[in-house]
Order: sequence, then C-alpha cells, then structure tokens
Amino acid sequence: MKGISFGQYYPASSVFHRMDPRAKIILAVLYIVSTFLCKNVLSFAALTISALLLVILSRIPLRIMLRSLRPILFIVVFTSAINIFATRGAHRLTPEHWWLAIYEEGLWNALFMVLRIVCLILSTSIFLTYTTTPVSLANALERLLSPLKRIKIPVHDFAMMMTIALRFIPTLSEETEKIMNAQKARGANFTTGSLFARAKALIPILVPLFVSAFNRAFELATAMECRCYHGGEGRTQLNVLHYRASDFVAILLLVGFGVGLWFLNRVDFLYRLG
Amino acid sequence: MDKIYLENIRYVYSPDTPFEQVALDDVTLGIRKGCITGIIGHTGSGKSTMMQLLNGLAKPTDGRVLLDGFDINSTFDDVFDAWREREEYAKLSKRAAKKEIRGQLAELRRTLCFRVGLVMQYPEYQLFEETVYKDIAFGPANMGLEEDEIRARVLEAAAFTGLDEALLDQSPFDLSGGQKRRVALAGILAMRPEVLVLDEPAAGLDPRGRKMIFERVCDYQRNTGSTVLIVSHSMEDMARYCDDVVVLKDAKVLMHGEMNEVFSHISELSDTGLDIPQVTRLALALRERGVPISENIYTVEDATKALRALFSQQKDGKEASV
Ligand SMILES: Nc1ncnc2c1ncn2[C@@H]1O[C@H](COP(=O)(O)OP(=O)(O)OP(=O)(O)O)[C@@H](O)[C@H]1O
Ligand SMILES: [Mg+2]
Repeated sequence: MKGISFGQYYPASSVFHRMDPRAKIILAVLYIVSTFLCKNVLSFAALTISALLLVILSRIPLRIMLRSLRPILFIVVFTSAINIFATRGAHRLTPEHWWLAIYEEGLWNALFMVLRIVCLILSTSIFLTYTTTPVSLANALERLLSPLKRIKIPVHDFAMMMTIALRFIPTLSEETEKIMNAQKARGANFTTGSLFARAKALIPILVPLFVSAFNRAFELATAMECRCYHGGEGRTQLNVLHYRASDFVAILLLVGFGVGLWFLNRVDFLYRLG
Repeated sequence: MDKIYLENIRYVYSPDTPFEQVALDDVTLGIRKGCITGIIGHTGSGKSTMMQLLNGLAKPTDGRVLLDGFDINSTFDDVFDAWREREEYAKLSKRAAKKEIRGQLAELRRTLCFRVGLVMQYPEYQLFEETVYKDIAFGPANMGLEEDEIRARVLEAAAFTGLDEALLDQSPFDLSGGQKRRVALAGILAMRPEVLVLDEPAAGLDPRGRKMIFERVCDYQRNTGSTVLIVSHSMEDMARYCDDVVVLKDAKVLMHGEMNEVFSHISELSDTGLDIPQVTRLALALRERGVPISENIYTVEDATKALRALFSQQKDGKEASV
C-alpha cells in the first residue's frame, strides 16, 4: 500500500500551478478540442510543439511526466498496429504477395493517432492532475457548474461529497496500512495461501476499517453541524477563486491556437487525414 | 553478543517522489540482550520507523538488521553464499542444501513476528475481533498452537495485564481506551516474544495506567529474561525503568549508552527539544543556589532520597557543632 499518494499532484512553482483551476478546466477542454481539430502534417507538428511547450512550462520532471504515459502504452501500441495494418491507400509499401499489406497512409494515420493520444494525455495530466490538487479541482467544478443550480441540481452537495471523499482517501489508505501492519505483527499472512485464504484474511482488516470510517463520518457530521453547516444555500468561501488577467490571456492564446490549427489544416502538405 | 544489531540502516519513505522523506540515516546501534532499552527523541525523529524494522514489517532501504547475528531480511542468495563457505553443509548435496535453506528461511520469516513482538503506537485502534478473548488469541492461533495452550496463554496474558476475566467475552470496541491498550499488550505478550518492542505504550494514559503498563512490562522482562525496547517521550519513565537509553535526533543516533551515562549529559539533551524531568530541573536549580545535592536526580524517588540524606547530614552537622 506504500506509495499510493492519491492523485498525482506534483508540487512545484509554474504558471500552471498558479493558474485558477477553473481556467485550467476550460484550457483542458479547449486543448482536447484542438487535438481533434488537427488534420494534416502541419497542424500535427504544431500540436506536438505545443505539447512540448506545456511540458516545459509546467516544470514537472520528464521522468514523472512519462509515468503518466505508462498506463496508455498498450492502447498506443494497439491503435497504431490497427492503423498500420488496416488502412488501405494508394501507396503500398510491402511487396504484392505479402499477406499483410502496409500502406504509406497507414503509417501516417498511426503516427497521427499516437500523437493525438499522447498530446491528450499529456495536456490533461498537466492541466488537471499534476498542477491542480483534487480538492481545488472539485471546488472549480462546483463553480463552473453552478448555473445548473437554477434547474435544481444540487451541485454544491455533489462537490462537497467529492471533496470529503477525496480528503479521506489518503487517511483511509494510511489506516488500512496501519491495521495490516498491526496484524502482520501478530502473524497474519496476506500474501501466501489460496485465494480463498487470502480473501478470508482481509475480513479482519475490513472490520476495524469500517468501524473507524463510520466513526469518522459521524464525528465529521457532528463537527460540521457544530459549525452550522446547512448545505450550499448562501454559503460563501474562505478562498474565493479569482480569475486573473493571465488566465484570460491563456484561454485566448489557446483559442487562437485552435484557429491557427484550422488554417494550417487548409494547407496541403505531404498528407492529410481523410 | 548484542541481541539486536542495526548496521548502517537507512530508511526512506516514498523514495523517488517529491514527497521523499529520510526517516533513518546511517544508524548503527547494538541492543544488549536481557536489558530494557529506552528510545527517546522528539516527534518525527524516526522512532516508530526504527521499531518497525525490528520485526521485518518495514525493510531498510539500506543496511542490515541482525537478530542474534542473523540478518532478518536475508534473501536466499545471501544464505546460500554464506553456506558455501561453511563446512558442516559440505556433507549435504547442493540440492538438499538448497531445500534446507529454503525451509529454514520460510520458517524464519514466519516466526520472526512471534519472536519480536511489536506493540504499535496507539494499538487500541487495531483491535478487530468480535471478543477480547479472540483478539488476544489471534497471535497464538497464528503460531499454530493447540487450543488448550492458546486458552492458557490468553488467560495468563489477560490476568498479567490486569484485565478482568469478565471482559474477555465483550467486544473490544466497547472498552475504554486504557483497557483497549491492555488488550493490545496482552495480544502481544500471549505470543511470549523474546524481544518485546513497545512504541509509546503509555501515551495518553493516566499516571496509574502508565505505571501499571511499565511495571507489567518490567515484570515480563524479569520473568522471561527477554529483551525489551520502549519508545517514550517521558525521560522520567526512562530513568525509572530503563537500563540503556538511545537518543534519536533528526533520523540519527545522537547518544547511546547506560541510562546514568546518557542522562549525565542532560544539558545537551534539553537542546534536542526533549523535556528534562521536573525534579531534575529542581535539583539543578538547588545546586545553582549552593545546595550540595547530586545532579543525577531523575525521579521523585531519587529526589526524596537525596534530600533526606542531605537533611540528616545537616542535622548531624548541627549536633556535632553544639
Ligand atoms: N507512512 C509514511 N509515509 C511517509 N513518511 C512517513 C511515514 N511515516 C513516517 N514518515 C516520516 O518519517 C519520519 C519519521 O517518522 P516516525 O513515525 O518514525 O517518527 P517518530 O519518531 O515515531 O515520531 P512520533 O514521536 O511522533 O511518533 C517523519 O518525518 C515522518 O514524517
Ligand atoms: Mg512514533
């Protein structure tokens, strides 16, 4: 259980760390749209350069950054294989009598897909997970979705539940580890034995864990009531989010980037997606 | 030979992340057999981490933990290499020796936590069984003992820690904090460990509860000749119950030696942020005012004795001068 630091927030000092979380959510959405705008070699080149710029600006070590790509390695390999072998086109690269045909178009498609996926993951990790704590993300979502309150969707309550859940994940995982350690110290064995034996060994962990989780929940509820918490109605915040000029500039820049991609798409150069 | 020997131990939490934290840094330390050793140090100095290394719960990032001279984290290869150099194994075939070593290692890993009993910090949050009896019996049952033996050990441990027999059928969640602490201690004592490790056993207990826990532990040590390590913040408790003292500071060993010797550097200790006992401060203040009282006074009993001696001396002196 060691090393589960929930979320992947990486403390550093960069423009993205200082940015308003709402702006970052908007930026992430804009960037996702941009990746899907790309159609040809030039626009994909621009996209790649922009992703590299994001990585440099975020001041997150490359080693950590690459860690976020590891889980999608399989998807990347899989989609590029499908693209390489399944695309038919005009320029066949492999000899006629080979069963598997590889076309130039397939290689381009594969390259574009990989770039698209990698840029998607990199940008969302940078905007949302590496530079924004989960709690401020929940807070920002509440603000962004607050117009939905008009149609009686309890946005505040959902955000509060999310914040509390996020807040207690590390606590619970720490507690699980403590309980497991205490039982290992008395000879409990969680790693060997049949699947059934191992599942059975988990019961003595769940019991104290649930007991303490419920106790915590009641205590927290009491503590909140003591401070007169009664839902989102008329509630103000301690740390009010403020957009700053730089947030608007960033959003404008990204919109401009999208428009630029649209123009680049119109230039015919080497290859474009069908 | 030392019962436990820590050799160049280094322990790092969450290595290779921005949250990396060095909890122990190049610690080398021998714990004498059959003694009570106290570990003090301010919050975050690495005491709990060190205690978890002793029964294999945590593996050192670097360095070795020797129990009776044997590295408790040794891998198969380590043992196999050592075996090649020894003669008594030469009679066995290589395959038989490998099997023998595997068996011994597995047995060692299984029994390690029974040999080194660790009562963790705030153990009262770690009870989980339906009844107190079952909770105390958890360790002995894992040892694979017979039902009668388990029963005998549970009753003995419960009586030893002052738990009423009527409590044994209750749920551990219905007990008071102090009672839960006793149940946790009993759960470890029922395994009859040869090394008993207690991480702040008296934290948050009233003076009577403190005294009772420490005295029971001392009794256990005396009855069984086991080796005991106690982590505590209270220097007064250390002075009263410990033979040796280890002072940790910022992940390193600052001092280690017999209690009197370590405490004689008491002025340096107060720099580490540890509270020196009130009676010691009183004695030092008296000395400053010219009262010829010993400076090695750490407990109220010490102080009473020294002051008695002083007064009777003065009385004798007066009578003589008349
Ligand atoms: N699970 C953990 N993950 C990360 N760091 C930890 C963990 N446990 C302890 N640490 C860090 O390791 C250092 C030593 O902690 P340790 O618990 O050994 O201190 P301690 O001397 O027992 O303190 P206390 O007197 O408060 O119990 C501390 O700086 C702590 O922040
Ligand atoms: Mg501790």
